[in-house]
Amino acid sequence: MTVDIKTTSVQPRRNTFAHIARRLGSDKPASRYEEATYDMQPSANFHYRPTWAPEFEIFDRSRTKVVMDDWDALKDPRQYYYGAYTIARARMMESTEKNFAFVDKRQAFNKIDADWRALLELYIVPLRHFEWGANMNNCNITDLGYGAAITQATMYATMDRLGNAQVLSRIGLLLDNQSGESLTRAKAVWMEHLAWQPIRQMVENSLVLDDWFEQFIAQNFVFDVLMYSLVFGAFDEEGQNRGAAAVSLLTEFLTDWHDETTRWVDFVITRVAKESPANASKIRDWIVEWKAVALTALEPLACEILGEGSVAALEIAEQKLDARMAKFGISERESV
Amino acid sequence: MAGNVSITLQNTDEGRAIIEAISSDNEAATVNVYPSMTKIDCPNRLVVRRESIEINMGRAFDLQELQLSLVSLAGNVDEDDDEFVLAWNR
Repeated sequence: MTVDIKTTSVQPRRNTFAHIARRLGSDKPASRYEEATYDMQPSANFHYRPTWAPEFEIFDRSRTKVVMDDWDALKDPRQYYYGAYTIARARMMESTEKNFAFVDKRQAFNKIDADWRALLELYIVPLRHFEWGANMNNCNITDLGYGAAITQATMYATMDRLGNAQVLSRIGLLLDNQSGESLTRAKAVWMEHLAWQPIRQMVENSLVLDDWFEQFIAQNFVFDVLMYSLVFGAFDEEGQNRGAAAVSLLTEFLTDWHDETTRWVDFVITRVAKESPANASKIRDWIVEWKAVALTALEPLACEILGEGSVAALEIAEQKLDARMAKFGISERESV
Repeated sequence: MAGNVSITLQNTDEGRAIIEAISSDNEAATVNVYPSMTKIDCPNRLVVRRESIEINMGRAFDLQELQLSLVSLAGNVDEDDDEFVLAWNR
């Protein structure tokens, strides 16, 4: 038996903004994300060129070597606009707060082996400076990038990276009984400890890249995949064996965040690579170049923390990177 | 029309993503938009796929969340983790 629901209705004249309807090809109700993203990029009537880079328009597609017919194609599969983004992160932070309270109350950090505790402070607290570099890189991409689809998402990424740094700092505060000494020490480690210097150099070199899409690849793909695989994969596993299970609980935020961000980064790179063989080969070159830099840079830190285990850990990290690269429809071999 | 199955959903942001997924997965479906709800009719069989909803919604979706947007349905339900199928058992 079918129950038919009958109502009288008043049809709205239009269901969304005209420019969205023109783009989607029909006047159906658009999602908040679509309305807040499509064609938000100013594209005409620029009167003056920026004094700091007169060879470009204020918003200029040619600030990167990759070419897109339509930059709005680089949608965020998570469909984050302000509301959706803040709600999602607030939820994640809520559970992180609970984890921090749990660890603090049970004094779970007391179970960590003393020697691992020293190593923990060596790798996890200075990582906040790496996150800060990622924040700066995504700021620059947001500044120079073209099209709200990508710059909106990179802007959220800047916030994410500050949040990540904050979580890491709070782990430091738990380690030093809220005195903040570990943060001062971490800064010194970041600036002076030999194991961190190649990483700092890599991050600093990425900060001054001219091509914003190269910066996107270097930071959001190469650095992140390798660093996260190492720190929250291999180091964390070793930590579990040495009584540091509580740390995994606290860094759960970063792991979850990384998994979620992967969807977006993969979508963007895949889409740009699909646009043209020229784009694909540019992306491949950048990945190959930065992968070599990053693997060399991460080696001393991996050795410091894992000793002999570092070789296997770096290999796993590299495999993860290659596996994702294969998903973009580009492989390393073709570049020869 | 006898032989039609139907599903009615709320016109919310989430509902729209589900409606979009259903109409792209079921070519034979007719979408009727009413104030605050949308009724989708389809001859014989209609499938709601988790994967297409996730693409439209931009997040992981548990098919049981469908109930939150659901107003009414007609047809026998066959449900698993990936698909929610409406059909008439004959």
